[in-house]
Amino acid sequence: MRRAALISVPYIWLLALFLIPFLVVFKISLSDIALAIPPYTPTMRDGFWNMLSQLDFENFIFLTEDDLYWKAYVSSLQIALISTVLTLMVGYPMAYAMARAPDQWRPTLLMLVILPFWTSFLIRVYAWVGILSNEGFLNQFLLWVGVIGEPLTILNTNTAVYIGIVYTYLPFMILPIYSALDRLDGSLIEAAEDLGCSRLKAFWLVTVPLSKNGIIAGCFLVFIPALGEFVIPSLLGGSSTLMIGKVLFEEFFSNRDWPVASAVAVILLLILIVPIVLFQRNEQRQAEAET
Amino acid sequence: MAETVFAPWDDPTAEPIIRFRNVTKRFGTFVAIDDLTLDIYPQEFFALLGPSGCGKTTMMRMLAGFENPTEGSIELAGKDIAGVPANKRAVNMMFQSYALFPHLSIWDNIAFGLRRETSDKAAISARVEEMLKLTRLEKLARRKPHQISGGQRQRVALARSLAKAPKLLLLDEPLGALDAKLREATQFELMDIQEKTGTTFVIVTHDQEEAMTVASRIAVMDEGRIMQVATPDRIYEAPASVYVADFIGDVNILAGTVTATGADTYALTWKDGAAPVTAVSEATFTDGQQAHLAVRPEKVAIHTTKPEDVDNLLKGKVLDIAYLGNLSTYHVELPGGQIIKAQTANTRRLSRRSITWEDPVWVGWTKTAGVLLDT
Amino acid sequence: MSRLSPFNVVSLTLGFVFLYVPMLILVIYSFNASKLVTVWAGLSTKWYGELLSNEAFLDAAWVTLRVAVISSTIATVLGTMAAYVLVRGGRFFGRTLFSGMIYAPLVMPEVITGLSLLLLFIGIGLDRGVLTIVLAHTTFSMCFVSVVVSSRLMTFDRSLEEAALDLGASPLDSFRLVTLPIIAPAVISGWLLAFTLSLDDLVIASFTSGPSATTLPMKIWSSVRLGVSPEINALSTIMIGLVTVGVITASLSTKHAALRAKRDEQAATRAT
Repeated sequence: MRRAALISVPYIWLLALFLIPFLVVFKISLSDIALAIPPYTPTMRDGFWNMLSQLDFENFIFLTEDDLYWKAYVSSLQIALISTVLTLMVGYPMAYAMARAPDQWRPTLLMLVILPFWTSFLIRVYAWVGILSNEGFLNQFLLWVGVIGEPLTILNTNTAVYIGIVYTYLPFMILPIYSALDRLDGSLIEAAEDLGCSRLKAFWLVTVPLSKNGIIAGCFLVFIPALGEFVIPSLLGGSSTLMIGKVLFEEFFSNRDWPVASAVAVILLLILIVPIVLFQRNEQRQAEAET
Repeated sequence: MAETVFAPWDDPTAEPIIRFRNVTKRFGTFVAIDDLTLDIYPQEFFALLGPSGCGKTTMMRMLAGFENPTEGSIELAGKDIAGVPANKRAVNMMFQSYALFPHLSIWDNIAFGLRRETSDKAAISARVEEMLKLTRLEKLARRKPHQISGGQRQRVALARSLAKAPKLLLLDEPLGALDAKLREATQFELMDIQEKTGTTFVIVTHDQEEAMTVASRIAVMDEGRIMQVATPDRIYEAPASVYVADFIGDVNILAGTVTATGADTYALTWKDGAAPVTAVSEATFTDGQQAHLAVRPEKVAIHTTKPEDVDNLLKGKVLDIAYLGNLSTYHVELPGGQIIKAQTANTRRLSRRSITWEDPVWVGWTKTAGVLLDT
Repeated sequence: MSRLSPFNVVSLTLGFVFLYVPMLILVIYSFNASKLVTVWAGLSTKWYGELLSNEAFLDAAWVTLRVAVISSTIATVLGTMAAYVLVRGGRFFGRTLFSGMIYAPLVMPEVITGLSLLLLFIGIGLDRGVLTIVLAHTTFSMCFVSVVVSSRLMTFDRSLEEAALDLGASPLDSFRLVTLPIIAPAVISGWLLAFTLSLDDLVIASFTSGPSATTLPMKIWSSVRLGVSPEINALSTIMIGLVTVGVITASLSTKHAALRAKRDEQAATRAT
């Protein structure tokens, strides 16, 4: 009896505030826009079966026909992918260096990586606005050094979005790789070198394969949230930066087209299922390997 | 009045404190306990002995109330305890990991159970002090479990489980985490405390020496069944089966067929062409029956010259010598490959030992030295 | 592996420069007297003064704080219950669905969570305001709490609970007196995580709040969309300062506790 109560409280909460809202989104994605409150039709007021018969896939067909959405999906995938690779390139050397650092430094280094995570995401993205703008610190610095003759346009381009994603998601990449490298037995590298590998070769043949799970986990932890990102493209990207999170937000608040916004959300979720399932499998494999 | 031996299991009028009646416990399709019946008497120090996975821990967890039997009943002091939750049983347990609450001091750990049944602060305090004194922990009362040593933790765990003066105390591998020296000292301490408190102890262990030292009776278990229940000396000297003989201590086993040669004397033909060995047996065998003779190595004598007047004598050569300091065990290979182990006490200095590898020797034992077993 | 090559040192240095310089610039320029954020015009704290006299910001901060405290507290209770069910619940009807609902919000894009909750609130006719934001934040942060707490519960020695039951404690008492005090650090980190997530959230709050409730991130958002603002720099500095002090204090106290535990253990081994 007590157990039933314990299970049912969080269960009902999640059903009511996670699953049901989701079904509502799905239902509205099959509805039509209407000049009414709420601005879609049919609703429950038309009777359940009547409502059910009026649902159709019109919005999804619309999404395939209007190339704005196609481009937004493709460009989201592209931006998320490029940023993930860039984050890996920045994060791996850092994680590697942290794992090689003397024991007494490691807690401090770890704290330095985690600290930004506790500070406001919005503020961290906002910090780059002042750096990347035409009169921003980066351009001032580069002009002063003399590398460039006139200011570069970085803010409001995809480059700024990459920088923003790499910056905000870097801890998610570093931490799993660090924990994989930290567990790595140092004598394995020594054994490889003893067996005739150069240091670089030992790194490629031993360290990288053994940190594979950390790399995979880190990449998914960056890729999955980056795909649906809204704040970074809105703040750092330009009008030509198409990301699906931003499109959804605008579709909903600016166009007030709820059915299309819902359809956009449903498709975004379908796209996300693949990396999420792959991520879960990687985690499971890792957990099994550890036991 | 003559001094009476503590042996309630031989007294038909004694009331057992615990009664397992045809208890079966299944986990899914796995049978952990298989139709087991057992009585344990008040004030016993009862040991459940067996290899891991034999069901001994399951039996203990059923007594504590963490598991319920699938079939059959368990009675505690005459009452069926099926369905009584662990926190309502007059049974306490000392856990293998000790399970001391890390956030509470030693004092509060011991008081934990008392506080659940009374709010009388003076009574709790008196009882805790008593327990601390019993286990010699007075000076450590304010410390936390991680601030004391392994042996002290073991005593805290014991004090905590005894504090409520349970009818029955369960001890799950209580000395497993201690090193050999400390374990030996603690075994005697446990027996001492058991005697002082008069509590019935049921101990689970895989260590036969430990069971032999502390227990009044031992149940040897295997695969969910009890192979034998008896006092330590009976288990050792009169094992009921080859399994028990082999599980407890070292043993030589000769297998063959028996023929009666007297009222209680049998000849065992253990090898074609070799002279049969003779043995006295309480149990009766029919002629031609399959049987095993179990002889302990220390009951086998080793001779460099052929002795006279020995019931059973076999010739072989020394294959190996295991020197253990106080004892030496000789592995003697008989013609045909059978190995017989003979143990002698090293009462003389090493330099004067006369037997070495490859020496031809005779091994011999009396007809009452071994036990004849049918399984 | 404690041999730092020059390459390691360079990558660490550049990495941390990359992580910290943007925030450092924010902090420095929050003390800039000029309205133009990229031109240094001398030291001043006037933006802090303006920020503290800006009622809209103060109101938003108050709303945010209330939402964060209430939602993270409810989320901690629900999340701990959920973790207990996940780790100890055994089998029950719909267990897979339940664990799916715990893990899904962790990877769900905020825009989708926000949109779906908004559509639900409109569907059932709930007025949007502080209450709806609290409901929304509780829902996603309870999942984070349950992940943190369940990873602690998985390594929890169950015989401690059995010992409590064995000594006569009811299941509730054994949770209250034994389990909870031991997993408390995980529960507290869960609460802090939920609190931070709530403080930080822009997207879900934008969807689920109404005209009566504007949170601080929403307020920041509407002003930074127009470009860099010195008031926001000042606000950022305050927030960064608070977090830094908090994290450093927390890590120092854990370090202190770890040191003390180590000393105790050494003393214990000496005592034998």
